Amino acid sequence: MTKKRIFQNIIKQVVCIFLSLLVLVPLYMVVINSFKTKAEAARMNLSFPTTWVFSNYVDVIKKAGLLTGFVNSMIYATVATLVGVTISAMAAFVLSRNRIKVNRKLYYFFIIGLFFPVNYVTLVRVFQWLHLTNTRLGIILVFISSMIPFCVFTIYSFVESVPREVDEAAVIDGASPLQMFFRVDFPMMKPTVVTCFILQFMGVWNDFLTPLYLSSKSKLFPMTMAVYQFFGKNQQYWNYVFADIVLTIIPVIIVYFIGQRYLIEGTVGGSVKG
Amino acid sequence: MSPEGFAGLPQAALFIETKHLSDRSGGRITWLADPNILYKTYSDYKIEEATMNKNKIYPRWFVILPLIIYLVFFLFPSALGVFYSFTDWSRMTSKNGLHFVGLQNYIDLFTSNKNYMAGFWNTIKFTLISNIVKIIPAFFLAILLNSRLKGKKFYRTVFYLPSILPFVIIGIVFSSIFSYNTGLMNKTLSAIGLGFLKQRWLSDPNMVWKSIFSVDAWRGIGYIMTIFLAGLNTIDDSLYEAAEIDGAGFWKKLQYVTLPMMRGPIMINLVFGITYGLKVFDIIYVLTNGGPGHKTEVITTYVFQLYGTGQYGLSTALNTILLAITAVIGVIIVKVMSRKGELA
Repeated sequence: MTKKRIFQNIIKQVVCIFLSLLVLVPLYMVVINSFKTKAEAARMNLSFPTTWVFSNYVDVIKKAGLLTGFVNSMIYATVATLVGVTISAMAAFVLSRNRIKVNRKLYYFFIIGLFFPVNYVTLVRVFQWLHLTNTRLGIILVFISSMIPFCVFTIYSFVESVPREVDEAAVIDGASPLQMFFRVDFPMMKPTVVTCFILQFMGVWNDFLTPLYLSSKSKLFPMTMAVYQFFGKNQQYWNYVFADIVLTIIPVIIVYFIGQRYLIEGTVGGSVKG
Repeated sequence: MSPEGFAGLPQAALFIETKHLSDRSGGRITWLADPNILYKTYSDYKIEEATMNKNKIYPRWFVILPLIIYLVFFLFPSALGVFYSFTDWSRMTSKNGLHFVGLQNYIDLFTSNKNYMAGFWNTIKFTLISNIVKIIPAFFLAILLNSRLKGKKFYRTVFYLPSILPFVIIGIVFSSIFSYNTGLMNKTLSAIGLGFLKQRWLSDPNMVWKSIFSVDAWRGIGYIMTIFLAGLNTIDDSLYEAAEIDGAGFWKKLQYVTLPMMRGPIMINLVFGITYGLKVFDIIYVLTNGGPGHKTEVITTYVFQLYGTGQYGLSTALNTILLAITAVIGVIIVKVMSRKGELA
């Protein structure tokens, strides 16, 4: 290696380490302060706690209604993602495979939703008409509707890379369209479908706006809302707030590390073809 | 088409085809004795028929369920919003029936002393600046992580990490970091002898936008970088080697190889970035709630406020303005992309 190369490598490493610190220090601050007493946490040091107060976590689970929040977030994220991504994949598959004029129009009709803002104010009205006010079903349906444009868009271009011959083989073997899709094509769309699952799961888990408008009952609040409310009431208890934050982000971090391979490789599926 | 139908291929058909083919072959039927050839011909014919009947294999009803949900919970409320924006709908009137007020809501929005237009311009400003400060660094970061570098997998993971965190959490954490007396930011500056740079990050009107852009970049750069990395992966090394043989340096290679090959990812990032910017809400709501004063209000924070005060008509009118902007930009982008074949 030449001297210039070595010098370049050192510069690169310094830049990367500095940026990593920018990312990690705030997160470290949250974790370390969640184990401190109220007085110590208020000083927001990066030092280790003088005594480790593990009971912060027990307290906060009791005080902040985290269990309800966790269950709600889990239900919203799991159900909405499973249903939303699956039906989007079915639609994207048919629209991509059979590009007759109507279907092309429908595709554009779907992806125009990538741009539109959701009108929550009138959505409240629609909820009243459909008797969905303050129901989990309503919130889940809104989550599904808002992930459809992105999923159709992402999956549509990937469908091309699944060879048509497998469809023909399935049809000749006597498969119905549903069987063909779920036994043959859906598994072959795994990279993009898994990417959508992960992104949308995290999206729903992190969402804040939908429950802010659509649920007035704290029984229906997901974790993000529960944290925000708790923060509003207990601003001086940083130890609790930080413990609450750690508990809220653990699930998304687990999902991230499980699905990381797919996120790095397939973030935008076929749409990166340059 | 069932397997039985195929297995029970009628002998008559075989015979007819044999005869037909033999006729065409002018009586020389020796090669037709191999039944496999006929078999293949028959199934080819069937496949052809099957592909012609695409509507049957790829049934339209696959689209119906997502279409209904999308229509009822996404597009219909937007259309309804346009309708309501011409009425006096509010918490009070909703019981006594609506009245059409024409463009009154829009006139109110433009002339109100609450300065909703500032929210409009702030939305545009946020969209432009937040994308510039994220996309350009993310691009070079992707190039850096695509080069030979020890530990690049670790760095990729770390840089992506913030974009999976909830906005609410990021907002709370940074409002702690930016607090004047106890916040990590000012403390660090003092500790390294830069105490004179201490700021009221979120309450100084001259600082607050810069703070918001920084937090937004902290959160968003990793995601954008990942899309660029996926694109860089698809560029063939031989292109760079060829450019090097021609004596191209870093910038020449960037200009003539990387940038042209990265049109897709750049487009995707612009599309996602612009739509994100125009609809931004969470991060501003949690960090500043539009303050100090109304310095950082955007369209969506005003929409939420007007909803909270029960002025639904005004709220939907403001949302309709946002809808119109996004619709225009959306249609332009879709047109441009479909012409270049990037959508299909």
